[in-house]
Amino acid sequence: MEQVMANGVYLGSQYAMIALGLTLIFALMNVLNFAHGQMYVIGGFVTYTFYGQWGVPFVLALFMSCMTLAIIGALIERYLFAPVIKGSAREESTMLLAAGIAFLLDALILLIFGEKQRGVPKIVDGVFNWDFRLIMPYDRILICVLAILSIVAFIALMQYSKTGRALRALAQDRTAAQLMGVNVDRYSMIGFALGAMLAGLVGGLLVTITGVNLGMGGPTSIKAFMMVMIGGAGVISGAIWGGFILGFMEAFGLAYLSQYGDITYLLIFVSLMIFLAIRPQGLMGKPWG
Amino acid sequence: MNFSKIQILGVLAFLAVVFVGIPIFIAATGRWDFYFTLTSVALLAIASAGVWLTFYIGRINIGQGAFALVGAYVSAILVVKAGWSFWISLPAAGLFAALVAVLIGLPILRLRGVYFAMITLVLTQVATLTALALPITNGAKGITNIPLPGAISVFGIPLVPDFATLENSRMAFYFTAVILMVITYAALYRLVNSRLGHLCRSMQQNEELASSIGVNITYIRILIFAISSFFGGVGGAMFGSISQSVYPATFVVKDSVDFMLNCFLGGLGFVFGPMLGTLVLYFGWDLLFEFGKYQMLIYATLLILIIRFLPNGLLSLRFGKGGGK
Repeated sequence: MEQVMANGVYLGSQYAMIALGLTLIFALMNVLNFAHGQMYVIGGFVTYTFYGQWGVPFVLALFMSCMTLAIIGALIERYLFAPVIKGSAREESTMLLAAGIAFLLDALILLIFGEKQRGVPKIVDGVFNWDFRLIMPYDRILICVLAILSIVAFIALMQYSKTGRALRALAQDRTAAQLMGVNVDRYSMIGFALGAMLAGLVGGLLVTITGVNLGMGGPTSIKAFMMVMIGGAGVISGAIWGGFILGFMEAFGLAYLSQYGDITYLLIFVSLMIFLAIRPQGLMGKPWG
Repeated sequence: MNFSKIQILGVLAFLAVVFVGIPIFIAATGRWDFYFTLTSVALLAIASAGVWLTFYIGRINIGQGAFALVGAYVSAILVVKAGWSFWISLPAAGLFAALVAVLIGLPILRLRGVYFAMITLVLTQVATLTALALPITNGAKGITNIPLPGAISVFGIPLVPDFATLENSRMAFYFTAVILMVITYAALYRLVNSRLGHLCRSMQQNEELASSIGVNITYIRILIFAISSFFGGVGGAMFGSISQSVYPATFVVKDSVDFMLNCFLGGLGFVFGPMLGTLVLYFGWDLLFEFGKYQMLIYATLLILIIRFLPNGLLSLRFGKGGGK
């Protein structure tokens, strides 16, 4: 039982970070970023290149991964999403763009990094063992702690900094924020870059444990969508809750249902649909987005 | 409905091309593989028509793959295990998909915008996982060796020959698929220009307002979702019959996303948008095959450029604003 709980916290903290980036972008731009999973994969590959290939210290590699993704995110927002949102008759057209970007990033990853599974050397060795009731490698614990620290740092940034205030105002009401003197174009770009950066951060953290490969992008996006739905689209606390709930469901499912075959995810999907039928806006979302 | 001369000429020209022009072209060039490509385009266009219809009531549907998969399995099971004729299983597959859509639609059609989009995306995943888990679908092995469609005769007069005895079943499948596509789009055009279509348009713009002036929005959105899933089921069933096999991975999330992209690419404001979008996306992908490992890169770049400079779809280039062809 202790083991399952610990696995839940470990999975949940990573998932929450993935969901945070997606929900931030959605809240700011009303864009469903299909490419979020691919951004996460790029983060993993950048960290792999710096830390695994070139032997740069892990923290620096992680920083490079964040920066790369932030720049990619800012460019995508500035030159693709913003003009398309202005020019299209229906907001949903951005989904075609997002899917196109997901294809493009997939193609770039394939060309630059190839399709092989890549792993990096462990950051710390050893396994934490508490009387064989709870066994966890130290590097997983470290990643989990780092993930939780980043979530706390992100919340602090959103809550107390000027940028955070502007972003929250933008998410609440675009027009009103503009009238209050928020530079909407600039903060949209910053917000998008921040969301992409979170994807890069979690990709860089996870590459140390699970490794990274080309095929991880799509499934990661779907998981992120589910977490965002559980918590409510565009709500930051909702994304964190969604991440931890999905993480715990997966940990429990893998522990208790694996003898029945691969039905954990089927059950998660079905319960999600029933949950949304009762509460369409998720745990803490605004009704109807 | 009044059609202008240009519209009638346009439809006649289209019919002449697909029923006479393309077979002559293929016979002349000997590119028999084109039949398979064009048949796929026609079937995917049918499923995309369903997605377009859901867009018409203001919902983003990324779940058409689920209904196509349901249709393919229902038809395959009826033909292989119950021994039905394919031609009866085809509407049965569509109706079953529509029934599933009503059951699922009752709760989830209350969702809007991005919530509906995400849950339908999950729905495709559910369909694949269900197909893996159920015993009747044979799990990952799928259903293989589905017999080709048999003959239909009314009062001893053969209407459709037995596909298995035909020398060239590809051509027969092409004609079947194109006839189905023409019927689908004729029905879609009729529906959009009917009273129901106007009600849908009012819902697309503002559901509360539509509801307040007495439109039964619950009924309409479930009806529309059922029709669109019917299209998905029929397209999927036909696809399974052509490939003579169905697997859980026959339709996956990527196919659902593709159906949606077809609609966007053609233009959401145009009934014939999904047809054009399917043709361009499918052929575009095939033509870029020669670029080898750069295929995906070029394809994605073109897709991004199109949406960047024609955000309202390809058809907006010529027709400007307005609906219909």
